[in-house]
Amino acid sequence: MKNNSSIKTVVAVGIGAALFFVLGRFVAIPSPVPNTNISLQYAVLALLAAMYGPVAGGLIGFIGHALIDLSWGGSPWWSWVITSAFVGVVIGLFAKKLNVQEGEFGKGKVAVFVVSNVIAHVIGWVVVAPVLDILIYAEPANKVFAQGVFAAVSNTVTGVIVGGLLILAYTKTIAKKGSLDQE
Amino acid sequence: MAAKTVLNYLDRDSVVHKMTGTTKLAFFLLFTFASMITYNTWVLLGLFAVSLVAFKLSKIKYREVRFMMIFMLVFLLLNNLFIFLFDPNQGTNLYGTRHVLCHLFWRYDVTAEQLFYMLNISLKYFVALPVAILFISATNPSEFAASLNSIGISYKVGYSVAIALRYIPDIQRDYHSISQAQQARGVELGKNEHFFSRLKNSVNILLPLILTSLNRIDTISNAMELRGFGKNKKRTWYTRRPFAVRDFVALGIGVVLVVVSLIVTIKFGRFYNPF
Repeated sequence: MKNNSSIKTVVAVGIGAALFFVLGRFVAIPSPVPNTNISLQYAVLALLAAMYGPVAGGLIGFIGHALIDLSWGGSPWWSWVITSAFVGVVIGLFAKKLNVQEGEFGKGKVAVFVVSNVIAHVIGWVVVAPVLDILIYAEPANKVFAQGVFAAVSNTVTGVIVGGLLILAYTKTIAKKGSLDQE
Repeated sequence: MAAKTVLNYLDRDSVVHKMTGTTKLAFFLLFTFASMITYNTWVLLGLFAVSLVAFKLSKIKYREVRFMMIFMLVFLLLNNLFIFLFDPNQGTNLYGTRHVLCHLFWRYDVTAEQLFYMLNISLKYFVALPVAILFISATNPSEFAASLNSIGISYKVGYSVAIALRYIPDIQRDYHSISQAQQARGVELGKNEHFFSRLKNSVNILLPLILTSLNRIDTISNAMELRGFGKNKKRTWYTRRPFAVRDFVALGIGVVLVVVSLIVTIKFGRFYNPF
């Protein structure tokens, strides 16, 4: 059975990256700050990372984001690609706690999910992305931090609200353990 | 559909197309690495020349990739505008001098240093563009997974990428039909909807998409397990080709570029300062 789960991760990364790509490339709602979108792909990333764990989460973020950048016809903006991977890894680290596939998403788990999203996006966009931007591209510090704060806020909002609603709806489709009653 | 404009492979009879996917991937990575290290204007111009020559060799016409070029130019313009708005003195900070060309208003002076810095940052991003376009349009997608594997990445990751590339058009089609079906039911995503209800409505479109995708994951992974995927540590690839002389030449050029860029950076500092 162990083998099966590793195959499943490979496929989940592939399909997840494709989803990330489609949502990020065609459904992006542009925002007033450059290079930054209100992006639904982070909701899907949160859901899939919570289901398949940190390795899958990181790879989905990395591959999906790199493909988006490539499709716009440039070399990937590596600092942001790495940040997407980081977000996937961090949310994925909480996968065991969330245990979405059990089909339960109560108040405690919602709290864990919100916390994991906040940690991932805040550290990712306010620390990792701007620092890499400054190191690689020598952009002005206040510009990259402004972008970072904006991205952190908008991605946390989409991640928590849309991602949370998705998990909630998804867990409702699964039959819960011990949900059968004897009559 | 829109899928055609994305990651489209343009088949040509050229030297670049004849190179193995591994060479192109490695060259692309070496090239972006070289352009990332340096900020020296001369090195960047040299890199730009190399990437234009590579583009010429590939026999891909400019008008076939015009869309990407224009998008990149708009992106660079916006980025420069914001750099200037946020910090008009970044150039002065980097180069240490200040030659004011003209005063605009408040703290906004147009300085020669700032213009030079913005030229460099645009150049830095733009040099990689022809090579990136080549990499996308001259690499056969089915060869891509094989080349990832041969530069040392686990074949499972290579397979994930191959699956992603294979299913992007399918998922795009799914998204399109789901969103139209939901819009017919009155789920609105447009601007006249409040932001939060737009977010909530997007769940109505995302959920069916996710559920079909999860089914898809099950189907594909069962099919792969039936064929014994992941049993061995290594695998062979149908599309992998042996290296030829041209591949070694291209890789050699890539390595030389990185070395030059490194040496210049270590010896003369990261920035070329004409002031």
